[in-house]
Parts: sequence; C-alpha cells; structure tokens
Amino acid sequence: MTTPSAPLYDVLRDRLRRQLPTALATVVDGPDPGRKLLVTPDEVLGGLGHPELDRIVARDALAELEAGRSGIRHYGPEGQTTPEDLVDAPTLSVFVESWSPPPQMWIFGAVDFTAALSRVAKVLGYRVIVCDAREVFATRRRFPAADEVVVSWPGPLFERRGSQLGQRDAVCILTHDPKFDVPAVQGAIATRVGYIGVMGSRKTHDKRLERLRDVGLTDDELARLMSPIGLDIGARTPEETAISICAEIIARRTGRAAPSLRDASGPIHG
Amino acid sequence: MRELLDDIDRWRAEGKRVAVARVVDILGSGPREPGAAMAVNDVGEVAGSVSGGCVEGAVVGEALGVLHGERGPGIVSFGYSDDEAFAVGLTCGGTIRLFIEALDW
Repeated sequence: MTTPSAPLYDVLRDRLRRQLPTALATVVDGPDPGRKLLVTPDEVLGGLGHPELDRIVARDALAELEAGRSGIRHYGPEGQTTPEDLVDAPTLSVFVESWSPPPQMWIFGAVDFTAALSRVAKVLGYRVIVCDAREVFATRRRFPAADEVVVSWPGPLFERRGSQLGQRDAVCILTHDPKFDVPAVQGAIATRVGYIGVMGSRKTHDKRLERLRDVGLTDDELARLMSPIGLDIGARTPEETAISICAEIIARRTGRAAPSLRDASGPIHG
Repeated sequence: MRELLDDIDRWRAEGKRVAVARVVDILGSGPREPGAAMAVNDVGEVAGSVSGGCVEGAVVGEALGVLHGERGPGIVSFGYSDDEAFAVGLTCGGTIRLFIEALDW
C-alpha cells in the first residue's frame, strides 16, 4: 500500500481515459465500507485496512484484470480466503471492478466481408486490425472503421504482436487464399487467442485442413478452428455474415449453443 | 464508469457533489453486468444507468440520501426475491445489488 499523490479517483479517471489496465477494489460490506485499493500492473494505491488483506486483494485483482472480469469476493479482515479460516471470522465483501484494454479482432484479407466485419466489431467494442499483403487493397480508405490497416504477410504480424493476443481476442481469416490462409492459421494457433474463425465453403475447408496438416499442425490444434466461420443463420450479405461471425464469437465465449431464446429454457442472462 | 467521467468532471467543476451507484452483483436474470454505473449530483442530475430503466428513479433517491448524510456508503438491493428488496423491482425478475457511495475519494 502506498499513499497516492493524487486522489484515487483522479488516478482512476486518467487511467480509464487512456484505456490503461486498471482494477478498483472497494469494500462494499464490512466494518468500513467504501475503503479502496487501486491496482495496476505497476503499482497498488490506497488500502483496505490491513496490509495482508491489501496484498491478497491486489493479487486477485490482477487476475480479474487479466480475465476482464468484475465481481464480489469475500475475505477475512486480514485477507483470509480459505473456508476454515473464515469460520467465525467477520468477512468483508470486496467488489473488484476491472477495466481491461478493449479486446482485439485481427481480420486477415482485405475483402468486402472485412469492411462489414470491422464495422460490426467496432460496435461490440473491439480494437480492429485489418491485415493483407496486397498494398492496393489494404488501405485505410477501404476500411474506415478499422483502428489499423496493416500491409503485411501474416507471419511477421504474429511474430511482432501475437503475444498480445489472449482469451478475449479474436482472429478472423477471410482471405480464401491458401497462400495467405495457411500462414495466418499457423500464426493464430501459436497464440493464446480465444477465437480463430476461417472463412470458406466446406470444400475449401477440407482442402485447407489437408494443407494445414501438411505444414505440421496437429488435430488438437486444428480443433481450435471455427471453420467454416460463423453461426448458421442463413447469412448472405457481408453485413449478415459479419453478424453471424460476431454472434458465434459471443456464443463461444459464453458457452451457449445459440438457439432462439423462444426455443430454449433457463435464465437469459445467466 | 468510463462513460460517466465527462459528466462527473463537469459537475465537480461546477462545485456539485457527486454520488456513484455501481452494480456489484446480480442474482438471477439481470439486464446489466457488474460495473454498470450511474452518477447522481446533489441537485438530482443523473448520468449513466444501472438497469433497463426499472430502478433508476429509486437509485436517485438513495444517492441523494448518501449525499445529504442520511445514510452511509453501502449496498442497496432491488428485485422481487430478496428480503431487503425495495418496492421497485426489475421487470426481468432478477435482483441487482448496487453499492452507492459519495465520490469523496
């Protein structure tokens, strides 16, 4: 715990404006509700009432930040977390709210589907990066919604920045061109990215699988591919296809089978 | 919270005091995720939302209570299934728990 030089809210506000990863832990139930700990990958500010509690909550808050999750956690007054230690001890409820940088969507292939997908992905809050090796097609003017348009083969982009990708991020490969698809899939599979979708008909998909096996990818690795990409909603246009892809990404994240709510049961938001 | 920053800055520059209500927990079906937030200033102006519009009116009353010193920072629950529940409920049948506090930190 350190005493911040500025009020905690000012530090929080400046970090949120700059989209820096930040977690705020607040005692919401316990002897002194409202106490706070602001946790970033570099420093911990404020305090919850006991140094050991601060240490444990900071550790947990960093994990929540990594996962992009917010929620309530329970602790003993000195940071106890095991059920035996919490018996007969007064517990504190701590709300850990985390603000992670926006998730990324990397889209390979400068095609019409890419323009529509980048627009829909922006609505969902993604930072969108479009990549194609062909300079004439990979232009900002064709993809005004994208945050970045990169003229490159997939390999170098993954080498430079693949380590940034995590569970919340998505790679969508829309090229249809084996020259480009194969290195893009290879690059994506080498990362921890949460979603890899590859466009193409079933026939294209089967041929692509052969090529990917030829370059040494295993069945386990290939099982990560969502290919053909998207949910089966009968999408035709680039815009409809973009919705089908984004809906699949959401359903994979939440673990839902994606039927109509009318035809399913159970809680809608559960 | 991020979407409230501009309003909060403006209100504070005008010398107004601000309370913040954040969704900290959802039981059952709830319209917004933990972290959804609204801010209320001491003249009752509002920014943001914490539900689909079901409970915002009641939250303003609670937030003004905090700003006027009638109650301290703490959790307020809204919903049908909770003993602490207020008369105001969520149309989707769930319960949300909000933490309401003055922005004095």
